[in-house]
Amino acid sequence: MSEDKIEQVAGAEEPSPARLIGTLAIAGLLSGVIIIAIYLVTFETIKENKARELRESVFRVIPDVTKMQKLLLKEGKLVVSYEEEKGEEPIYAGYDESGKFMGYAIPSDGPGFADTISVLYGYRPADRKVIGMWILASRETPGLGDKIYKDAKFVADFDDLAIEPPIVATKKGKKKPNEIDAITGATISSVAVVRIINKGNDYWVSKLPEPGSEPVYIEVTPPPSEAGEAKAQ
Amino acid sequence: MAKEQHAYEEFMKGLWRENPVFVQVLGLCPLLAVTNSAINGLAMGLASFFVLLGSSILVSLLKSYIPKQVRISCFIIIIATFVTVVDYSLAAAMPVIHKELGAFIPLIVCNCLILGRMEAFASRNTLRMSIADAFGMGAGFLFALVALGGVREILGVGELFGISLFGPNFEPWVIMILPPGGFITLGVMLLYFNWVEEKKNKLDKQLAAEAGVN
Repeated sequence: MSEDKIEQVAGAEEPSPARLIGTLAIAGLLSGVIIIAIYLVTFETIKENKARELRESVFRVIPDVTKMQKLLLKEGKLVVSYEEEKGEEPIYAGYDESGKFMGYAIPSDGPGFADTISVLYGYRPADRKVIGMWILASRETPGLGDKIYKDAKFVADFDDLAIEPPIVATKKGKKKPNEIDAITGATISSVAVVRIINKGNDYWVSKLPEPGSEPVYIEVTPPPSEAGEAKAQ
Repeated sequence: MAKEQHAYEEFMKGLWRENPVFVQVLGLCPLLAVTNSAINGLAMGLASFFVLLGSSILVSLLKSYIPKQVRISCFIIIIATFVTVVDYSLAAAMPVIHKELGAFIPLIVCNCLILGRMEAFASRNTLRMSIADAFGMGAGFLFALVALGGVREILGVGELFGISLFGPNFEPWVIMILPPGGFITLGVMLLYFNWVEEKKNKLDKQLAAEAGVN
Protein backbone atom coordinates (compact mmCIF):
# COMPACT_ATOMS: atom_id res chain seq x y z
CA MET A 1 0.00 0.00 0.00
CA SER A 2 2.67 2.43 0.95
CA GLU A 3 4.64 1.74 -2.22
CA ASP A 4 1.67 2.75 -4.36
CA LYS A 5 1.63 6.03 -2.55
CA ILE A 6 5.27 6.76 -3.26
CA GLU A 7 4.76 6.14 -6.97
CA GLN A 8 1.81 8.44 -6.91
CA VAL A 9 3.76 11.22 -5.30
CA ALA A 10 6.74 10.73 -7.58
CA GLY A 11 4.49 10.81 -10.65
CA ALA A 12 2.81 14.01 -9.59
CA GLU A 13 3.55 17.24 -11.36
CA GLU A 14 6.51 19.26 -10.05
CA PRO A 15 5.13 21.89 -7.70
CA SER A 16 6.02 25.49 -8.49
CA PRO A 17 8.66 27.26 -6.37
CA ALA A 18 5.94 29.58 -5.13
CA ARG A 19 4.05 26.60 -3.76
CA LEU A 20 7.17 25.30 -1.98
CA ILE A 21 7.96 28.67 -0.47
CA GLY A 22 4.32 29.14 0.45
CA THR A 23 4.15 25.80 2.24
CA LEU A 24 7.24 26.52 4.30
CA ALA A 25 6.10 30.07 5.04
CA ILE A 26 2.74 28.86 6.31
CA ALA A 27 4.39 26.12 8.37
CA GLY A 28 6.80 28.63 9.88
CA LEU A 29 4.06 31.13 10.59
CA LEU A 30 1.81 28.61 12.32
CA SER A 31 4.73 27.27 14.28
CA GLY A 32 5.67 30.80 15.37
CA VAL A 33 2.15 31.58 16.50
CA ILE A 34 1.95 28.36 18.54
CA ILE A 35 5.35 28.89 20.15
CA ILE A 36 4.53 32.47 21.12
CA ALA A 37 1.18 31.35 22.49
CA ILE A 38 2.71 28.66 24.72
CA TYR A 39 5.41 31.11 25.82
CA LEU A 40 2.82 33.65 26.89
CA VAL A 41 0.70 31.03 28.63
CA THR A 42 3.56 29.57 30.67
CA PHE A 43 5.59 32.77 31.22
CA GLU A 44 4.03 33.79 34.55
CA THR A 45 4.24 30.28 36.01
CA ILE A 46 7.86 29.83 35.00
CA LYS A 47 8.73 33.23 36.48
CA GLU A 48 6.95 32.33 39.72
CA ASN A 49 8.73 28.98 39.85
CA LYS A 50 12.08 30.71 39.54
CA ALA A 51 11.22 33.31 42.17
CA ARG A 52 9.99 30.61 44.55
CA GLU A 53 13.11 28.54 44.03
CA LEU A 54 15.29 31.55 44.78
CA ARG A 55 13.27 32.46 47.88
CA GLU A 56 13.49 28.90 49.19
CA SER A 57 17.26 28.88 48.60
CA VAL A 58 17.68 32.18 50.47
CA PHE A 59 15.59 30.91 53.39
CA ARG A 60 17.72 27.77 53.42
CA VAL A 61 21.09 29.54 53.76
CA ILE A 62 20.06 32.12 56.37
CA PRO A 63 18.42 30.51 59.41
CA ASP A 64 15.18 31.89 60.91
CA VAL A 65 14.42 34.13 57.97
CA THR A 66 10.89 34.78 56.75
CA LYS A 67 11.34 37.79 54.48
CA MET A 68 13.88 38.75 51.90
CA GLN A 69 14.69 41.54 49.51
CA LYS A 70 17.01 41.89 46.60
CA LEU A 71 19.91 44.31 46.87
CA LEU A 72 22.03 45.80 44.15
CA LEU A 73 25.34 47.57 44.39
CA LYS A 74 24.98 51.04 42.94
CA GLU A 75 27.82 53.55 43.17
CA GLY A 76 29.30 51.63 46.10
CA LYS A 77 26.03 51.49 48.02
CA LEU A 78 23.61 48.65 48.48
CA VAL A 79 20.13 49.62 47.38
CA VAL A 80 16.89 47.68 47.38
CA SER A 81 15.80 46.59 43.93
CA TYR A 82 12.55 45.19 42.61
CA GLU A 83 13.19 45.45 38.93
CA GLU A 84 14.70 42.75 36.78
CA GLU A 85 18.06 44.23 35.94
CA LYS A 86 20.37 42.34 33.67
CA GLY A 87 24.11 42.30 34.11
CA GLU A 88 24.05 43.40 37.74
CA GLU A 89 25.11 40.93 40.40
CA PRO A 90 22.44 41.04 43.08
CA ILE A 91 22.67 39.78 46.65
CA TYR A 92 19.77 39.13 48.97
CA ALA A 93 19.10 40.29 52.49
CA GLY A 94 17.08 38.13 54.86
CA TYR A 95 14.93 39.39 57.74
CA ASP A 96 12.98 37.66 60.48
CA GLU A 97 9.28 38.13 61.23
CA SER A 98 9.83 41.45 63.06
CA GLY A 99 11.94 42.80 60.21
CA LYS A 100 15.27 42.37 61.96
CA PHE A 101 18.22 41.88 59.62
CA MET A 102 19.57 38.33 59.85
CA GLY A 103 22.16 38.06 57.11
CA TYR A 104 23.00 38.24 53.43
CA ALA A 105 22.57 35.48 50.87
CA ILE A 106 25.37 35.85 48.35
CA PRO A 107 25.42 34.05 45.01
CA SER A 108 28.80 33.12 43.60
CA ASP A 109 30.01 30.71 40.99
CA GLY A 110 33.15 29.17 39.57
CA PRO A 111 34.52 26.07 37.89
CA GLY A 112 33.90 22.72 39.55
CA PHE A 113 35.02 19.29 38.43
CA ALA A 114 32.57 18.97 35.54
CA ASP A 115 31.07 22.39 34.91
CA THR A 116 30.37 25.69 36.60
CA ILE A 117 29.02 25.34 40.13
CA SER A 118 26.60 28.05 41.30
CA VAL A 119 26.54 28.49 45.03
CA LEU A 120 24.31 30.59 47.26
CA TYR A 121 25.65 31.08 50.76
CA GLY A 122 24.52 32.91 53.86
CA TYR A 123 26.80 35.49 55.45
CA ARG A 124 26.30 37.22 58.77
CA PRO A 125 28.38 40.41 58.96
CA ALA A 126 27.95 40.85 62.74
CA ASP A 127 30.38 38.02 63.54
CA ARG A 128 31.84 37.66 60.03
CA LYS A 129 30.66 34.10 59.51
CA VAL A 130 29.27 31.95 56.75
CA ILE A 131 25.99 30.59 58.09
CA GLY A 132 24.74 28.29 55.36
CA MET A 133 25.46 27.00 51.87
CA TRP A 134 23.27 25.74 49.07
CA ILE A 135 24.20 24.61 45.56
CA LEU A 136 21.97 26.33 43.00
CA ALA A 137 23.29 24.50 39.95
CA SER A 138 26.03 21.98 39.25
CA ARG A 139 26.85 19.12 36.94
CA GLU A 140 29.22 17.28 39.24
CA THR A 141 29.64 13.51 38.87
CA PRO A 142 26.58 11.69 40.20
CA GLY A 143 27.47 9.59 43.21
CA LEU A 144 30.73 11.44 43.92
CA GLY A 145 30.85 15.16 43.23
CA ASP A 146 27.14 15.60 43.80
CA LYS A 147 27.78 14.91 47.48
CA ILE A 148 28.53 18.65 47.75
CA TYR A 149 24.77 19.02 48.09
CA LYS A 150 23.62 15.49 48.89
CA ASP A 151 25.98 14.94 51.83
CA ALA A 152 24.18 16.56 54.78
CA LYS A 153 27.36 16.62 56.89
CA PHE A 154 29.33 18.53 54.25
CA VAL A 155 26.52 21.07 53.82
CA ALA A 156 26.25 21.43 57.63
CA ASP A 157 29.96 22.27 57.83
CA PHE A 158 29.07 25.64 56.32
CA ASP A 159 26.50 26.50 58.99
CA ASP A 160 29.03 28.19 61.26
CA LEU A 161 32.25 29.00 59.52
CA ALA A 162 34.70 31.83 60.07
CA ILE A 163 35.87 33.58 56.92
CA GLU A 164 39.17 34.95 58.19
CA PRO A 165 41.66 33.62 57.31
CA PRO A 166 40.00 32.35 54.10
CA ILE A 167 38.11 29.08 54.34
CA VAL A 168 40.14 25.91 53.83
CA ALA A 169 38.99 22.41 52.89
CA THR A 170 41.04 19.86 54.80
CA LYS A 171 41.28 16.09 54.60
CA LYS A 172 42.73 15.63 58.07
CA GLY A 173 39.64 16.50 60.11
CA LYS A 174 38.69 20.13 60.71
CA LYS A 175 40.15 21.78 63.77
CA LYS A 176 40.05 25.52 63.17
CA PRO A 177 36.88 27.63 62.82
CA ASN A 178 37.72 28.37 59.17
CA GLU A 179 38.08 24.71 58.12
CA ILE A 180 35.65 22.26 56.58
CA ASP A 181 36.07 18.54 55.91
CA ALA A 182 36.55 17.76 52.22
CA ILE A 183 34.45 14.85 50.94
CA THR A 184 36.44 11.67 50.34
CA GLY A 185 36.34 10.95 46.61
CA ALA A 186 35.15 14.44 45.79
CA THR A 187 38.06 16.59 46.89
CA ILE A 188 38.04 18.69 43.73
CA SER A 189 34.35 19.51 44.08
CA SER A 190 34.74 20.26 47.80
CA VAL A 191 37.69 22.54 47.21
CA ALA A 192 35.78 24.20 44.36
CA VAL A 193 32.88 25.08 46.68
CA VAL A 194 35.29 26.58 49.19
CA ARG A 195 37.08 28.56 46.47
CA ILE A 196 33.77 29.85 45.14
CA ILE A 197 32.72 31.06 48.59
CA ASN A 198 36.10 32.69 49.19
CA LYS A 199 35.76 34.40 45.82
CA GLY A 200 32.33 35.71 46.83
CA ASN A 201 33.72 36.96 50.13
CA ASP A 202 36.66 38.67 48.42
CA TYR A 203 34.27 40.54 46.21
CA TRP A 204 31.46 41.35 48.61
CA VAL A 205 32.66 41.61 52.20
CA SER A 206 34.52 44.88 51.73
CA LYS A 207 31.56 46.38 49.86
CA LEU A 208 28.93 45.56 52.49
CA PRO A 209 27.86 48.35 54.84
CA GLU A 210 29.02 48.39 58.48
CA PRO A 211 27.20 45.85 60.65
CA GLY A 212 24.14 47.54 62.08
CA SER A 213 23.61 49.83 59.11
CA GLU A 214 22.19 47.22 56.75
CA PRO A 215 19.33 48.25 54.49
CA VAL A 216 16.07 47.94 56.40
CA TYR A 217 13.25 45.77 55.15
CA ILE A 218 10.83 47.88 53.21
CA GLU A 219 7.24 46.71 53.18
CA VAL A 220 6.31 47.64 49.68
CA THR A 221 3.25 47.85 47.59
CA PRO A 222 4.97 45.94 44.86
CA PRO A 223 4.44 46.51 41.17
CA PRO A 224 1.68 44.28 39.75
CA SER A 225 4.05 41.58 38.51
CA GLU A 226 5.40 41.02 42.02
CA ALA A 227 1.98 40.89 43.65
CA GLY A 228 1.86 37.10 43.80
CA GLU A 229 5.28 36.89 45.36
CA ALA A 230 4.45 39.39 48.10
CA LYS A 231 1.28 37.50 48.97
CA ALA A 232 3.20 34.27 49.31
CA GLN A 233 5.49 35.95 51.81
CA MET B 1 -12.36 -6.22 12.53
CA ALA B 2 -9.44 -6.94 10.30
CA LYS B 3 -8.50 -3.30 10.56
CA GLU B 4 -8.59 -3.46 14.36
CA GLN B 5 -6.11 -6.30 14.22
CA HIS B 6 -3.88 -4.30 11.96
CA ALA B 7 -3.73 -1.29 14.27
CA TYR B 8 -3.00 -3.55 17.19
CA GLU B 9 -0.19 -5.16 15.18
CA GLU B 10 1.32 -1.73 14.49
CA PHE B 11 1.21 -0.94 18.19
CA MET B 12 2.88 -4.18 19.27
CA LYS B 13 5.46 -3.80 16.54
CA GLY B 14 6.75 -0.60 18.11
CA LEU B 15 6.44 -1.75 21.69
CA TRP B 16 8.28 -5.03 21.29
CA ARG B 17 9.00 -6.66 17.94
CA GLU B 18 10.65 -3.61 16.38
CA ASN B 19 11.36 -1.75 19.60
CA PRO B 20 13.03 1.54 18.59
CA VAL B 21 15.87 1.08 21.06
CA PHE B 22 16.43 -2.62 21.53
CA VAL B 23 15.83 -3.70 17.94
CA GLN B 24 16.25 -0.63 15.72
CA VAL B 25 18.86 0.95 18.01
CA LEU B 26 17.57 4.50 17.41
CA GLY B 27 17.46 7.57 19.64
CA LEU B 28 20.45 6.54 21.72
CA CYS B 29 21.70 10.03 22.57
CA PRO B 30 18.84 10.97 24.90
CA LEU B 31 18.59 7.35 25.99
CA LEU B 32 22.13 7.18 27.33
CA ALA B 33 22.21 10.75 28.60
CA VAL B 34 19.16 10.95 30.82
CA THR B 35 18.65 7.42 32.12
CA ASN B 36 20.64 7.75 35.34
CA SER B 37 17.36 7.42 37.22
CA ALA B 38 14.01 5.86 36.46
CA ILE B 39 12.10 9.10 36.98
CA ASN B 40 14.28 10.94 34.46
CA GLY B 41 13.74 8.12 31.99
CA LEU B 42 10.00 8.31 32.57
CA ALA B 43 9.88 12.09 32.05
CA MET B 44 12.02 11.94 28.92
CA GLY B 45 9.97 9.00 27.61
CA LEU B 46 6.68 10.83 28.16
CA ALA B 47 8.02 14.00 26.52
CA SER B 48 9.20 12.06 23.47
CA PHE B 49 5.94 10.11 23.40
CA PHE B 50 3.90 13.32 23.28
CA VAL B 51 6.08 14.83 20.55
CA LEU B 52 5.97 11.65 18.47
CA LEU B 53 2.20 11.28 18.78
CA GLY B 54 1.45 14.93 18.05
CA SER B 55 3.80 15.08 15.08
CA SER B 56 2.50 11.80 13.67
CA ILE B 57 -1.09 13.01 13.77
CA LEU B 58 -0.23 16.31 12.13
CA VAL B 59 2.07 14.84 9.47
CA SER B 60 -0.46 12.16 8.62
CA LEU B 61 -3.24 14.73 8.28
CA LEU B 62 -1.16 17.14 6.20
CA LYS B 63 0.73 14.60 4.08
CA SER B 64 -1.17 15.37 0.89
CA TYR B 65 -0.60 19.14 1.27
CA ILE B 66 3.14 18.99 1.84
CA PRO B 67 5.17 18.87 -1.39
CA LYS B 68 7.78 16.15 -1.14
CA GLN B 69 10.65 18.55 -1.89
CA VAL B 70 10.12 20.39 1.39
CA ARG B 71 8.73 17.53 3.45
CA ILE B 72 11.74 17.11 5.74
CA SER B 73 11.80 20.84 6.57
CA CYS B 74 8.09 20.72 7.31
CA PHE B 75 8.48 17.65 9.53
CA ILE B 76 11.24 19.37 11.46
CA ILE B 77 9.13 22.52 11.90
CA ILE B 78 6.24 20.42 13.19
CA ILE B 79 8.46 18.41 15.53
CA ALA B 80 10.27 21.51 16.80
CA THR B 81 6.95 23.20 17.58
CA PHE B 82 5.79 20.26 19.66
CA VAL B 83 9.14 20.10 21.43
CA THR B 84 8.94 23.79 22.34
CA VAL B 85 5.45 23.24 23.71
CA VAL B 86 6.72 20.35 25.83
CA ASP B 87 9.76 22.35 26.95
CA TYR B 88 7.74 25.32 28.24
CA SER B 89 4.99 23.15 29.72
CA LEU B 90 7.52 21.09 31.66
CA ALA B 91 9.30 24.21 32.90
CA ALA B 92 5.98 25.54 34.17
CA ALA B 93 4.52 22.33 35.56
CA MET B 94 7.54 20.33 36.76
CA PRO B 95 10.52 22.68 37.22
CA VAL B 96 12.59 20.10 39.12
CA ILE B 97 12.37 17.49 36.35
CA HIS B 98 12.92 20.18 33.73
CA LYS B 99 16.12 21.26 35.45
CA GLU B 100 17.30 17.67 35.72
CA LEU B 101 16.75 16.91 32.03
CA GLY B 102 18.34 20.20 31.04
CA ALA B 103 19.34 20.52 27.41
CA PHE B 104 17.96 17.12 26.45
CA ILE B 105 14.36 18.31 26.15
CA PRO B 106 15.13 20.76 23.30
CA LEU B 107 17.31 18.05 21.78
CA ILE B 108 14.24 15.83 21.23
CA VAL B 109 14.01 17.79 17.97
CA CYS B 110 16.91 15.83 16.57
CA ASN B 111 15.91 12.45 17.94
CA CYS B 112 16.24 10.35 14.79
CA LEU B 113 13.48 8.05 15.99
CA ILE B 114 10.87 10.79 15.65
CA LEU B 115 11.94 12.14 12.27
CA GLY B 116 12.37 8.55 11.13
CA ARG B 117 8.77 7.64 11.98
CA MET B 118 7.51 10.77 10.17
CA GLU B 119 9.42 9.92 7.00
CA ALA B 120 8.95 6.14 7.10
CA PHE B 121 5.43 5.87 8.42
CA ALA B 122 3.24 8.88 9.19
CA SER B 123 3.80 10.55 5.81
CA ARG B 124 2.66 7.39 3.98
CA ASN B 125 -0.12 5.97 6.11
CA THR B 126 -3.62 6.82 7.27
CA LEU B 127 -4.23 8.83 10.41
CA ARG B 128 -5.44 5.74 12.23
CA MET B 129 -2.37 3.67 11.44
CA SER B 130 -0.06 6.59 12.19
CA ILE B 131 -1.59 6.99 15.64
CA ALA B 132 -1.19 3.26 16.29
CA ASP B 133 2.41 3.42 15.10
CA ALA B 134 3.19 6.49 17.22
CA PHE B 135 1.61 4.87 20.27
CA GLY B 136 3.65 1.72 19.72
CA MET B 137 6.98 3.41 19.02
CA GLY B 138 6.44 5.99 21.78
CA ALA B 139 5.56 3.29 24.29
CA GLY B 140 8.52 1.21 23.15
CA PHE B 141 10.89 4.15 23.63
CA LEU B 142 9.32 4.94 27.00
CA PHE B 143 9.67 1.32 28.05
CA ALA B 144 13.35 1.28 27.05
CA LEU B 145 14.09 4.53 28.90
CA VAL B 146 12.38 3.43 32.10
CA ALA B 147 13.95 -0.04 31.94
CA LEU B 148 17.43 1.37 31.46
CA GLY B 149 16.90 4.12 34.06
CA GLY B 150 15.46 1.61 36.52
CA VAL B 151 18.34 -0.85 36.23
CA ARG B 152 20.94 1.90 36.50
CA GLU B 153 19.24 3.53 39.47
CA ILE B 154 18.82 0.22 41.33
CA LEU B 155 22.47 -0.76 40.87
CA GLY B 156 24.00 2.70 41.03
CA VAL B 157 22.07 4.24 43.93
CA GLY B 158 20.15 1.35 45.46
CA GLU B 159 16.85 3.10 44.84
CA LEU B 160 13.96 2.91 42.41
CA PHE B 161 11.93 6.08 41.72
CA GLY B 162 13.75 7.55 44.72
CA ILE B 163 12.60 4.78 47.10
CA SER B 164 15.44 3.07 48.89
CA LEU B 165 15.45 -0.68 48.24
CA PHE B 166 18.32 -2.21 50.14
CA GLY B 167 18.73 -0.16 53.29
CA PRO B 168 21.74 1.88 54.38
CA ASN B 169 24.29 -0.96 54.16
CA PHE B 170 24.08 -1.16 50.37
CA GLU B 171 27.27 0.01 48.70
CA PRO B 172 26.10 1.62 45.44
CA TRP B 173 27.81 0.64 42.24
CA VAL B 174 28.49 4.23 41.26
CA ILE B 175 29.71 3.44 37.75
CA MET B 176 26.16 2.45 36.78
CA ILE B 177 24.90 6.03 36.99
CA LEU B 178 27.98 7.38 35.21
CA PRO B 179 28.12 7.32 31.39
CA PRO B 180 29.93 3.94 31.19
CA GLY B 181 27.08 2.36 33.15
CA GLY B 182 24.68 3.46 30.43
CA PHE B 183 26.70 1.75 27.74
CA ILE B 184 27.14 -1.42 29.81
CA THR B 185 23.44 -1.69 30.65
CA LEU B 186 22.38 -0.98 27.08
CA GLY B 187 24.90 -3.54 25.80
CA VAL B 188 23.55 -6.25 28.09
CA MET B 189 19.98 -5.45 27.09
CA LEU B 190 20.81 -5.55 23.37
CA LEU B 191 22.54 -8.87 23.95
CA TYR B 192 19.38 -10.24 25.53
CA PHE B 193 17.16 -9.02 22.69
CA ASN B 194 19.46 -10.47 20.06
CA TRP B 195 19.61 -13.76 21.94
CA VAL B 196 15.80 -13.92 22.06
CA GLU B 197 15.66 -13.11 18.35
CA GLU B 198 18.18 -15.82 17.49
CA LYS B 199 16.36 -18.39 19.60
CA LYS B 200 13.08 -17.49 17.94
CA ASN B 201 14.60 -17.84 14.46
CA LYS B 202 16.01 -21.25 15.36
CA LEU B 203 12.65 -22.34 16.67
CA ASP B 204 10.92 -21.08 13.53
CA LYS B 205 13.37 -22.98 11.35
CA GLN B 206 12.92 -26.10 13.41
CA LEU B 207 9.15 -25.84 13.17
CA ALA B 208 9.36 -25.27 9.42
CA ALA B 209 11.62 -28.28 9.04
CA GLU B 210 9.28 -30.45 11.07
CA ALA B 211 6.33 -29.25 9.05
CA GLY B 212 8.25 -30.13 5.91
CA VAL B 213 8.94 -33.67 7.14
CA ASN B 214 5.31 -34.19 7.96
